[in-house]
Amino acid sequence: MVDLLEYAVRGIPTGCVFALLAVGLVLTYKTSGVFNLAFAAQAYTSAAVFYVLRKEQEWPLFWSAFIAIVIVGPALGLLLERVLFRHLRGAGSLAKMVTSLGLLIAIPEVVKLFFGSDAKSNPPPLWYVRRTDEWLWPQGSKFVLDAGQVTTIVSTLVVVVGLTVLFRYTNLGLRMRAVVESPRLAELNGVNAERVSMASWMLSSMMAGLAGVLVAPLFASLNPIDLFTLLVAALAATVVGGLSSIPLTFFGAIGLGMLQAVLAGSLPTNSVLATGLRPGLPFLVLFALLIFRPGLRSNSETADPLATVDPPLPVPVAVSRPRWMSISSRTVGVVATIFGLLVSWFLLDGFWLAIVISGVVLAVIMLSLTVVTGIGGMLSLAQAALAAIGAFTTAQVVTATGLPVLVAMLIGAAVAAACGALLAIPVVRLDGVYLALATLAFALMFESILVPLSWVSGGSVPLAVPRPVIGPWDLADDRYFLLFAALCLTVIALAVIRVRQGTTGRFLQAIQSSPTAANSIGISGGRSRIIAFTLAAGIAGFGGGLLASFAGRANYQASFPYVVGLVWVALVISAGARSIQAAVFSGIMFFLLPATLNRVFSWPENYLEAHQQAPEWMQNLLGLVQPNWALPVSFILFGIGAFTYAKHPEGIIEARTNSSVTALLRWTERRKAKVDASSSVDAPQVSA
Amino acid sequence: MTPTTDSTEHPNEQPAPLLQASGISKRFAGLMALADVSIQVGAGETVAVIGPNGAGKSTLFNCLSGVLRADRGTVTFDGQRLESLGPTQRSRLGIARTFQRIELFGGMTVRDHLMVAERARSGRGGLWSDLFRSSKPTEEEYARCQAVLDLLGLDDVEDRSADSLSLGKGRLVELGRALMCEPRLLFLDEPSSGLDRNETEEMSLALETVQREHGTAVVLIEHDVPMVQRLATRIYVLDYGSLIASGNTMDVLEDEVVRAAYLGVAT
Ligand SMILES: Nc1ncnc2c1ncn2[C@@H]1O[C@H](COP(=O)(O)OP(=O)(O)OP(=O)(O)O)[C@@H](O)[C@H]1O
Ligand SMILES: [Mg+2]
Repeated sequence: MVDLLEYAVRGIPTGCVFALLAVGLVLTYKTSGVFNLAFAAQAYTSAAVFYVLRKEQEWPLFWSAFIAIVIVGPALGLLLERVLFRHLRGAGSLAKMVTSLGLLIAIPEVVKLFFGSDAKSNPPPLWYVRRTDEWLWPQGSKFVLDAGQVTTIVSTLVVVVGLTVLFRYTNLGLRMRAVVESPRLAELNGVNAERVSMASWMLSSMMAGLAGVLVAPLFASLNPIDLFTLLVAALAATVVGGLSSIPLTFFGAIGLGMLQAVLAGSLPTNSVLATGLRPGLPFLVLFALLIFRPGLRSNSETADPLATVDPPLPVPVAVSRPRWMSISSRTVGVVATIFGLLVSWFLLDGFWLAIVISGVVLAVIMLSLTVVTGIGGMLSLAQAALAAIGAFTTAQVVTATGLPVLVAMLIGAAVAAACGALLAIPVVRLDGVYLALATLAFALMFESILVPLSWVSGGSVPLAVPRPVIGPWDLADDRYFLLFAALCLTVIALAVIRVRQGTTGRFLQAIQSSPTAANSIGISGGRSRIIAFTLAAGIAGFGGGLLASFAGRANYQASFPYVVGLVWVALVISAGARSIQAAVFSGIMFFLLPATLNRVFSWPENYLEAHQQAPEWMQNLLGLVQPNWALPVSFILFGIGAFTYAKHPEGIIEARTNSSVTALLRWTERRKAKVDASSSVDAPQVSA
Repeated sequence: MTPTTDSTEHPNEQPAPLLQASGISKRFAGLMALADVSIQVGAGETVAVIGPNGAGKSTLFNCLSGVLRADRGTVTFDGQRLESLGPTQRSRLGIARTFQRIELFGGMTVRDHLMVAERARSGRGGLWSDLFRSSKPTEEEYARCQAVLDLLGLDDVEDRSADSLSLGKGRLVELGRALMCEPRLLFLDEPSSGLDRNETEEMSLALETVQREHGTAVVLIEHDVPMVQRLATRIYVLDYGSLIASGNTMDVLEDEVVRAAYLGVAT
């Protein structure tokens, strides 16, 4: 009992770290309605600035911290508000979340472009003593805190008390709340919504900076992914507070920290539970809270009484096209596919062929997002995990039973579908943002608890997956594999089209555009959504198996980490969640863009090597360009793509197609009208 | 004179009413939207619910069709208790409705609206048949659809996207979608609002036909007095969430209190 208490107290500093992140997130949500996944990226920015100033430039502690937290933090917040979120105030919370997802992907890469993408190891602490050397309080007792922990606790308390006072007792707090309830109504009451929104973004961004600088030393090196994972862990606390109460969020975070410490202390070390559950616990708690906390569904969208003044975004639906047009666009698609295959077959060398194959295989996984997000209307952030389940199952089945790879892949798809169904049953009841968070929690649970287990992933060495051999064709030859992958993609794409146009797709469309009306004719939202989720999981699982077979191994770290899944989502959503072309496009782009950019950015280096006598200014200018910009720049582009979602929820490709279809239709109509007019001029003459 | 309650008015006309709702109450935070409201509807009967804006008429519909859970009260439909059932299950029992603020499926054609409702009712079509069979409508489904389109005069717009239609046509589509469910009880929330004379006439005719041919019971929220007079045999009057009068259409409409307070504007 005493031990438990001691462990619990030890968890308080961790709890404070969670609290700092969680409270910052709640602040953004309360004041702007944005569920800001990019909070981690903002934290990373300040931490990186602090790192560079303090460690690389060796500035004094105070000024480094001042610049990083008080200048850079709010400036970034202001920038984001002015450039992006100001325009999104009337948008749905899902659109805002997707935008923040884009930022989460893009901002750290921009920072890396500025400060170099080398590993920034041993981030400096925000205090003078080193964190393990000098025990501060209470000397010799069982409860020991170091300077870092004391700093964290004190900052957290200051922030929590300060914010609570701000919201409860100050004019600014009151106005902030009014703006979230209804920006229009607040403006009619003389509140300057713009100014309030700017203030709240600067404040929350400063908090992100403080959190980033404070928690960075907890990790061996400064890395946006670690910060984001920590943020998701802290999300459980925000859910405790119902995304609105700052004190409740604080206590939730402390409780989470304590629970984690107690588990760490009381579970037998080295057991599966201890190694898996401890890091996975926050995600487990987050998942459970999302599912069981009552009342989350009803208050998820703030109901703006003047919402109709800013009409909501249209539901993404395709402009209905005349038959000839869909036939001709289908013909173009088929011709383009065949052309692409021929080019790949005859012209591409091994490197580019591998890129194209990876893209085609990833397109299969992207189609799973088409089903779940485009057709089903659910933002699932767990498709990478489901693909990994397919890959692991394929590998395990092949290893254990020696069945043909193709059969193993199908079993992998089935297992992934089953897992998807199990996940869907509790999750589909949740609304937009909460559903996304629950799937994210699932992805992280999978990554932290299940992936380390050897019966899942095969342990630390990825399991081998051979290439299929089909009759006389050994797919070890990449060109045969490409044909096979393209065939799989085509079959699945046709199936997706059938589902989209069939009863299932129609039901899901009905549910998305009017849930009450759909219910009133007997369409159950839950059932249709579970079906869509399960189907998508199966497709993802198959794609995962295919990817593993192509790569030769079911390698989680290389192919399926949850952050990679987030990039996939951003990419496919911005290209067009409902359309097949968009899925194929984004699958291929994910690999093709970085590879192409790498070639482009390598060009100056190669040029200079070939032209040693080039003028100096040219050498300086071209010398700036680095080949390793390729990856950051691609991810920045992918992230920026996600910003378009709020404006074009149907996706860039779809928006393009729709506008050209509309233009074409108008043109044909005008032509027809002209023909009609001339014939009707003729008509009376004939009758007369 | 206050009209007497319908139990004495219609002693033994319907042995067991199709719908019997008793003591329905619903509170929104501090607002008592419905206070102890009881109504009953016999099979094949048409009744109207009238009352000024904000009286709680739509809230009553929402409680009866399952969109909202009533705080108190019982609802019995065809001998079955409904309180614990959601809107989907109630729809499957044969309760259909339309909405005051029209609720169409964006981007779907008129025919698709009907077809979706048909499939939802019949349970035909699912993932399996989407994937491995044709999801095209069968002859029979097509015919059923066509019948409703003809009945409502929608056959000239069947391929138009429903959100491009006028409000009047939109209400007809909603009615058609509800009719595809082959309801035994139909709730219509202000079916004639936003419609012109012709469209109102069309709507009334269609309702009369439906009732004649299928014996559907209809509950109607309506401000248009001629339409109420034409269709409804009985009326319930709601005000501030309470039932203040009910009885035969003529009796209620001629009641001085009701006329003065609530129908002055409409007549
Ligand atoms: N979801 C809700 N939350 C809070 N209050 C509500 C809600 N729905 C309705 N109300 C309130 O309940 C009261 C009754 O509303 P209801 O829509 O039932 O009236 P109505 O009789 O249909 O009026 P109208 O003729 O304008 O349609 C109104 O005061 C309304 O503001
Ligand atoms: Mg109403």
